[in-house]
Amino acid sequence: MKSKECVAMILAGGQGSRLGSLTKKIAKPAVPFGGKYRIIDFTLSNCHNSGMDMVGVLTQYQPLALHNYIGIGSAWDLDRKNGGVYVLPPCLRERGGEWYKGTADAIYQNLNFIDLVQAEYVLVLSGDHIYKMNYGRMLDYHKKMRADATIAVIEVPWEEAPRFGIMNTTEDGRINEFDEKPKHPKNNLASMGVYIFNTSLLKKFLKADAIDSKSSHDFGKNVIPKMLKENCGLYAYQFFGYWKDVGTVDSFWEANMDLLNHDCQLDLYDPAWRIYSVNATRPPHYIAPTAKVKRALISEGSQIFGEVDHSVIFPGVIVGEGAQVVDSVLMPYAAIAPGAVIHKAIVCRKAVIKEGCFVGAENLSDRASEITVITENSVVSKDQKNTATSKQVG
Amino acid sequence: MNSVMGLINLSEDESFITEVTQGRPLAALPFGGRYRLIDFTLSNMVNSDIANVGILLHDKFRALMDHLRSGKEWDLARKQDGLFILPPVQAEQAVLGDLQNIYQNRDYLLRSRDQYVLVSGSSSICNIDYRKALAFHVQTGADVTLIYNQMAVGDDDFIHCTTVAIDDSDRIVDMEVNAAKVKTNKVSMGMYLLDRELLIDLVDQAVARGETDFVKGIFLRNLNKIKICGFCHYGYLGRIHSIASYYRHNMALLRPEVWQELFFENGLIYTKVKDEAPTSYGVFSDVRGTLVANGCLLDGTVSDSVLFRGVKIHHQACVRDSLIMQNCEISEGAVLEHVICDKGVKITKGKRLIGEKCYPLVIKKGTVI
Repeated sequence: MKSKECVAMILAGGQGSRLGSLTKKIAKPAVPFGGKYRIIDFTLSNCHNSGMDMVGVLTQYQPLALHNYIGIGSAWDLDRKNGGVYVLPPCLRERGGEWYKGTADAIYQNLNFIDLVQAEYVLVLSGDHIYKMNYGRMLDYHKKMRADATIAVIEVPWEEAPRFGIMNTTEDGRINEFDEKPKHPKNNLASMGVYIFNTSLLKKFLKADAIDSKSSHDFGKNVIPKMLKENCGLYAYQFFGYWKDVGTVDSFWEANMDLLNHDCQLDLYDPAWRIYSVNATRPPHYIAPTAKVKRALISEGSQIFGEVDHSVIFPGVIVGEGAQVVDSVLMPYAAIAPGAVIHKAIVCRKAVIKEGCFVGAENLSDRASEITVITENSVVSKDQKNTATSKQVG
Repeated sequence: MNSVMGLINLSEDESFITEVTQGRPLAALPFGGRYRLIDFTLSNMVNSDIANVGILLHDKFRALMDHLRSGKEWDLARKQDGLFILPPVQAEQAVLGDLQNIYQNRDYLLRSRDQYVLVSGSSSICNIDYRKALAFHVQTGADVTLIYNQMAVGDDDFIHCTTVAIDDSDRIVDMEVNAAKVKTNKVSMGMYLLDRELLIDLVDQAVARGETDFVKGIFLRNLNKIKICGFCHYGYLGRIHSIASYYRHNMALLRPEVWQELFFENGLIYTKVKDEAPTSYGVFSDVRGTLVANGCLLDGTVSDSVLFRGVKIHHQACVRDSLIMQNCEISEGAVLEHVICDKGVKITKGKRLIGEKCYPLVIKKGTVI
């Protein structure tokens, strides 16, 4: 294979246990998002749009749906003769095999993939973030600064800073301190989990980390702090724009709702930076004369006979006459029977809400009310109690 | 299994629908929010296990080539068989009639290994399972099976049609092309199933006799010599032969039962994917009784219309009973009624455009009003 300047490695093996029943049967990157996408579409589309055409996807937890979805990468134009997308699950080797023990270990176990194209740089990405970013520009910055490693950072609200890995930098952008979830952050530049490493340096640190029995083999916890300690040239690359880690049910719901906000910085309609996806073969959606639709994203193949307000509707969904859907996410082929009411809920694939049911928050104006999740393929009938108190019905 | 290949003949009369076929063949006419007419024929074939499809091009085929490309969207980008684009051998062949065009591509028919050929045009919109027609063909022992549809008498759709008369044994006893007065309500759908070698023989003979028209020279001429039987397709049929019929069949998709039948009955309809985001409805949007493709940004009032991909309807714009094609933009305060906006039309602030239901107003591709 011809050599490549940079390979992208997408970490897509995490269980995403904080997403609860959303990730019971599928890996987090394969969870449907935004009316037609799956979470990993954003990272894969960024790779394609940034000209990164050698992409490894490291999978581990419940990989079938994810493998099936990625296929040979045609949807993202990553079915290439030279390069393209490679699914990399853990595997057996001469001395046995192991699960990926952490983000760093996952890359360590796939160093041979990086060697395949003699890449000078390795771009490490997460498969569970929603954002549009040109990695090419970050690579340019990395080269310009003659950095050993570059970490993408984004400004977060001060009150949220303690949830992130915070980078303290000198004026020229060099990182001199890394605080993992600091109680009293010194600044609000958080790591986005996007790293570029010089391959030779990365190899050296990963090999050392692999034999360190005290390490939890994580980039943020172990490898980056060690690099700093050994005085490597680590630089922060500031990203401006929309970025969201959809690791919890709340943040997943919020990110979906963000798309309904016209001031949202994440523009899905820019022809120069499309978000690619495996497209469902469905006709245009139908809005019946009885329907009332406002502040919504609706995808192909859906039929709306009822009322939809401030919600995200995936392909093949039916909302019956007189039904009311507010502040909700309806995943592919969810069926809402006539007269049913869905408030602040996530209704998963092929779930059926029977006639006259009430699902979700009782008081919509209460912003603190919890999000109800109706699991895949479940059927909700009238006698069940489906408010947030019995979260995750089905 | 007796395998069938498809042959799509694009020499179709476009003279009655020139408003929208100036830069594209009838087959590439946008339809139903995200499709082109040929998607129905191609998808029906693919869904009926036809994996070898030749397309006989006529003229103006750039738009069509851009749509079909490798045939991947229809699963026809294959190492063996798949999609074959058959352009006219010489430019002037296009005026010599479709029979010559088939004759010039005789090698393709000879080289194919399938036993049967299904010949079809692209202007009949339906969702049909050709395997049923094949079973009928084998059972009746017909030389040729013609697929027809029974339409209600008095329907103005009889314009420019080929009607057939059928006896008790399903044999076609009479056939009239473009008759001034129709005698039966059985309308040919322009789909013929026959043995591949028989087709080659019939084409050779007809060309030798100096014939130029495929239907007249092959089927009409030989009505008494070979056994031609009629297979009835009972489902919905949209014949696209005029602006009025084009408009009417698009609007028929607003009936959920027609939507369901045409897009799901015997298989899904495939088309070129554009990777558009889901359609966004704004705070002021009031959309009712409308078919909407992906990628639209809607903030105005829309009723009883079909919106193609990437349409923008601004706040306080009002669109009724209209067909708005890809990437059109309707600005604030504009009012459209019974209008067909071809691709990329921009209607600026406050304009009023009113057509008639039986004669919708057509705005040409890329026009700014």
